[in-house]
Amino acid sequence: MGEGYLTTKLDTITNWARANAAWPMPMGLACCAIEMMAFAGPRYDVSRFGSEVFRFSPRQSDVMIVAGWCSYKMSHAIRRIWDQMPDPKWCIAMGACASTGGMHRCYGVVQGVDNFLPVDAYISGCPPRPDAVIHALMKIQDKIKTEHSVLLDT
Amino acid sequence: MSKELQLSDPLQKVIDALTDEFFDKIIEIYQSSGDTFVRFEADATLDLCKYLRDEQGFVYLCDIFGIDRYTNEERFEVVYNLVSLRDRTRLFLKIRCEEENPKVDSVYSLWPSANWFEREVYDMFGIRFRNHPDHRRIYMPEDYKYFPLRKEFPLLGIPGSIELPSTTPDPD
Repeated sequence: MGEGYLTTKLDTITNWARANAAWPMPMGLACCAIEMMAFAGPRYDVSRFGSEVFRFSPRQSDVMIVAGWCSYKMSHAIRRIWDQMPDPKWCIAMGACASTGGMHRCYGVVQGVDNFLPVDAYISGCPPRPDAVIHALMKIQDKIKTEHSVLLDT
Repeated sequence: MSKELQLSDPLQKVIDALTDEFFDKIIEIYQSSGDTFVRFEADATLDLCKYLRDEQGFVYLCDIFGIDRYTNEERFEVVYNLVSLRDRTRLFLKIRCEEENPKVDSVYSLWPSANWFEREVYDMFGIRFRNHPDHRRIYMPEDYKYFPLRKEFPLLGIPGSIELPSTTPDPD
């Protein structure tokens, strides 16, 4: 920037930083996880959006991607991991099964992870293409950029 | 009894020997989709299975599953999927039991692989197995009150019967 300077709002610069470093918490439960790996891989290259760092630790991640059908047994583990993620955090329900139960219309599968998680973005498809996951991530980035984080946090 | 069946030579020998040995226990022998089924009286389970394992080479119990026929009499059926490694053939055994207190003999003493198969049949249909070493549910919660693969069980389950996690996290 040389001799120059810029002025901005604290909210704006916080949101800019958060939106471009949304590290995913991969919750790969079924075949959607394969597409989620493609989403992170070099062809679709999500590092363009700052989300290439798949942290297998909830304490270092910002976006949980629930990829696949979720059984009642698994729901407790997912919720526990979600509760361990530090705020602010976001959640993507990837694919038909995570969004609504999908073809697993039966007694053992939770009919949509929004029964126990606050989902920000739903992705349709079975499984969705990696582009669709990138789309969901961009929607979440848009959402992050509209948040009033500093004012609400204090 | 087995005249109209289209059987391979080794399986024909097995069926002939089986009908000789257990002629009063076998109810029917039939073929469906290329598989051979033998249905017999449930009280002969252990004798007949032991005979097949020791004398006819069916050393491998591939699967056990239940069927809910939803009939007034002999509602439940238990099917054993046996494989003979000697003859490279497969044979299905069937027994039926009543809706009230369904109970059959466990074949765990013959094939240890029956342990989890029988637990699964119990979990899904509520059919109990005599002399099973570890008679618990295998998939559903231990205090679950229903048997999901029975016909009267609703597709989506009983609402609220399995707990979902709390959405208000513990402050600690």
